[in-house]
Amino acid sequence: MEWETVIGLEIHAQLATRSKIFSGSSTAFGAAPNSQANLVDLGYPGVLPVLNLDAVRMAIRFGLATGATIARRSIFARKNYFYPDLPKGYQISQYELPVVQSGSLDILLEDGTHKRVGITRAHLEEDAGKSLHEDFHGLSGIDLNRAGTPLLEIVSEPEMRSAKEAVAYMKKIHTLVRYLEICDGNMQEGSFRCDANVSVRPRGQAKFGTRAEIKNLNSFRFVERAINYEVERQIELIEGGGTVVQETRLYDPDRGETRSMRSKEEANDYRYFPDPDLLPLAIDDAMIEAVRSTLPELPDEKAARFVAAHGLSAYDAGVLTASREIADYYETVVKGLGGQPKLAANWVMGDLSAALNKDGLEVAQSRVAAPALAQLLARIADNTISGKIAKEVFEAMWGEGKGADEIIDARGLRQITDTSAIEKAIDDVMAGNPQQLADYRAGKDKLFGFFVGQAMKATQGKANPAQLNELLKRKLAG
Amino acid sequence: MSLHTLTVAELSAGLKARRFSSLELTLHFLGRIEKMSPALNAFVTITADRALADARAADERLARGQGGPLTGVPIAHKDIFCTDGILTTCASKMLSNFVAPYDATVVERWKAAGTVLLGKTNMDEFAMGSSNETSFYGPVCNPWDPNRVPGGSSGGSAAAVAGCLAPAASGTDTGGSIRQPAALTNLTGIKPTYGRVSRYGMIAFASSLDQAGVLTRSAEDAALLLGAMAGFDPRDSTSVDAPVPDYVAELSRPLAGLRVGVIREFFDKGLDPAVGALVQDAINALRAAGATVRDVSLPALPLSVPTYYVVAPAECSSNLSRFDGVRFGHRCESPRDLLDLYKRSRGEGFGAEVKRRIMTGTYVLSAGYYDAYYLKAQKVRQLIAADFARAFGEVDVVIGPTSPTPAFALGSKTSDPITMYLNDIYTIGANLAGLPAISIPCGFVQQGGRDLPVGLQLVGPHFAESLLLSVSHQYQRLTDWHKRLPTEYA
Amino acid sequence: MSLTRAQVEGIAHLARLEITEAQLPVYVDSLSRIIDLVEQLATADTGGVEPMAHPLAEQVQRLRADEVTESDRHDKYQQNATAVAAGLYLVPKVLD
Repeated sequence: MEWETVIGLEIHAQLATRSKIFSGSSTAFGAAPNSQANLVDLGYPGVLPVLNLDAVRMAIRFGLATGATIARRSIFARKNYFYPDLPKGYQISQYELPVVQSGSLDILLEDGTHKRVGITRAHLEEDAGKSLHEDFHGLSGIDLNRAGTPLLEIVSEPEMRSAKEAVAYMKKIHTLVRYLEICDGNMQEGSFRCDANVSVRPRGQAKFGTRAEIKNLNSFRFVERAINYEVERQIELIEGGGTVVQETRLYDPDRGETRSMRSKEEANDYRYFPDPDLLPLAIDDAMIEAVRSTLPELPDEKAARFVAAHGLSAYDAGVLTASREIADYYETVVKGLGGQPKLAANWVMGDLSAALNKDGLEVAQSRVAAPALAQLLARIADNTISGKIAKEVFEAMWGEGKGADEIIDARGLRQITDTSAIEKAIDDVMAGNPQQLADYRAGKDKLFGFFVGQAMKATQGKANPAQLNELLKRKLAG
Repeated sequence: MSLHTLTVAELSAGLKARRFSSLELTLHFLGRIEKMSPALNAFVTITADRALADARAADERLARGQGGPLTGVPIAHKDIFCTDGILTTCASKMLSNFVAPYDATVVERWKAAGTVLLGKTNMDEFAMGSSNETSFYGPVCNPWDPNRVPGGSSGGSAAAVAGCLAPAASGTDTGGSIRQPAALTNLTGIKPTYGRVSRYGMIAFASSLDQAGVLTRSAEDAALLLGAMAGFDPRDSTSVDAPVPDYVAELSRPLAGLRVGVIREFFDKGLDPAVGALVQDAINALRAAGATVRDVSLPALPLSVPTYYVVAPAECSSNLSRFDGVRFGHRCESPRDLLDLYKRSRGEGFGAEVKRRIMTGTYVLSAGYYDAYYLKAQKVRQLIAADFARAFGEVDVVIGPTSPTPAFALGSKTSDPITMYLNDIYTIGANLAGLPAISIPCGFVQQGGRDLPVGLQLVGPHFAESLLLSVSHQYQRLTDWHKRLPTEYA
Repeated sequence: MSLTRAQVEGIAHLARLEITEAQLPVYVDSLSRIIDLVEQLATADTGGVEPMAHPLAEQVQRLRADEVTESDRHDKYQQNATAVAAGLYLVPKVLD
């Protein structure tokens, strides 16, 4: 039996507004418990919600960036259920008429092709608080600081067919919301959360199989593993004669498996109805155009520009546009260099990324600023130093915070490009190694490397490699 | 003339002319409340210290020649409005320990106008009732007959004002809870247009129907007090940003030329004939004063009650979910687990009528029933609103009785909820359509050896409060009903 | 339309209301009467009628500027809670 996997993702992105969606409380992360929960957030008797303009603008931004329809009129609805982190006993969300409808996103698959994944809808809603399970003598502690933070819930069509596709989609959304500056994408802090709806069906069958919803997926790795596990679980279950139950499952990263959530056994009847405390949200053309004019160049556009104007490969362009910070850094380097995009690309993707990863830093915290890197690369381009030496200089720049020229001068790392000087070095090496010379001339081509090494050593590594190779070849040939 | 028989307008003039001080006035009312309120059970909390402080502050301002028309005037607030630092109970065990940490906008505004807070009045629990018999603190009695109800849910406010324990009081009206008690206690009670007065701080029953308003002894008083209460509030998304007219200045508009529509559907078999006769007399009086009168038909109106008893419970079932014992309010002893915490806190905290309405609301919103009940009701609501709009294309106001009967005996309608619900049959329509409506005294019927007040109801188009108040004021210049006081309290 | 015991028990559970054995028949009776009352709505002809979104039809939602206007008042607010520790509201253990 050939099985097909069907995956849909629901992503909750916390919008980067200063205040909450329905109250003027701060949304800053990490405050003392309940210090950022006002009467509205606490669901006190008599309080009322008032909608945050920027939350709406951010939703519109997302809609425009995904080619979606912005609803001219959308409605807030109450989703009713009881849970301690939900103070009003209902969540204000959107149900029948969400603010964003029918968008799409192109993802790059492993084989280099593109796939368009549909986005069914994106709607605004408020986040719940947090339950802390550290024992208070058998009790849980509730912190409502997070209650009322604006969320954009992004629902994809069930069009992904593998865990890898799902991860690619999730990464793309992650990149996009950060480009748009509507969400900081910080998964550890919970500002970007993903639930996966997973089902299987015999290949060729039109009808969807029963799906399970997997929650608690707060890293790309978890998403991939959880989906793969769940697909296998469902297939094994069906092939063993069982049926998949529509349920919510939790991913356990320690065990690498999904398990049924005990407390959500009963299907909840949410009794959605339009929230009478909020009026219909009206969005007109003027508002949409005002938001459209503030859109940055989007990742796909930027990558396409890098391919067309800079001659980068699609893959490299993709890596360099993974975040606006990386892309901006790269472009600043290219500008500073006055060209040489491939050189810049290699260094940003290579040495810079490695250094950032090693020290656990974000691009914004780079110890070598883009103009400084540009200056270093300029020294390669103008033959002041070789690429190999440049790595040494970069390391020093990273560690000491000094400029390229300063380090090159201080350490005397200028490349030797004087032909006669290089020739003399080669002559000395040839004279000093007669046996190897004879062997080479007798046919041992491999010894070329030996001579290169010796000549480099004789010049403290500063001989221009290209010139050295050229001259060495000639002289060895005799 | 005793201080407690003066209207707000008269008190205002007296304070300004320094014929008496606010402190004197306040002490007088506090004394009466202490002596006479227990028999009526009109108050949940008497805020004596606060009242005296308010009075002294008001007197200082008056001495400096400052202050406005309401400076120094004592009032009471229905215990549904949050009052900072003061117990706010909604007449429920659920909030019997709840000290509000903020003032409702209505409270803020009357305070800013210089009024003196005498106390928080009794009401039907969470504003659910038409007789003030569902209160956790016990039923309220009608000053006109201690064996009868004052109406509800603003029964405490009505009894306090009708019993001359306060010159005026705030109320709320979701299905008639200002107008019906006003009718049963010989008061003027106005429910403004939906969105005219802020709901911030007014504990929610049915969000799309609730409105704050006033119970007083005259239209002139109502104009003063409504004017001080109304206006845009950025904290309430349903609050309307439109200027508030000077209701007092517009009271003198003459009746001549007024086009009155008599709602045919209100004169049905449920209406007590004696009540109907008095309402007819009032209509004749208006005609004699120069109004033209004709019949209007609002055919969808008879569906008001079923519509209301879908929409209001649906909204309240959701609004009351926040009462779970976690952050405020009643919490059960030693909960076994989370489910037990919720069920017992709520089971113990809410009375039977509240539980009934929560369950009704939960049912009509539940899967499979939403379309047949809630969605259907919202459509019928649209029909009712359209009926009114059509009528207002031909007349300026529509008129009819406020309540089908005068005040009824305590305990006489509590066995079947439906019987109680039908008390609101004439008032609910205005709430469903969001229209302003007023009830004014129009005479007395004799029952059980007692004179029982009857109310006349006027409903106007959106934001026609000025018109309703001026018509009422002109009628009150032609008649004396509103001046009569219950003998034991005069 | 009569509601069954099971239905009323289900509704009470959804609404998190404890109804005792003794009280249950009373609620079954009164809720059934109320549903009978509201069944009258079925007689209305509402073909082509839009449900009322809001009593004032042209009103739309006001949008508030994104500003932090609140400060930490949890000391005052938590005076109304019966079970608080370390600034947290306490409830029986929440199971996931």
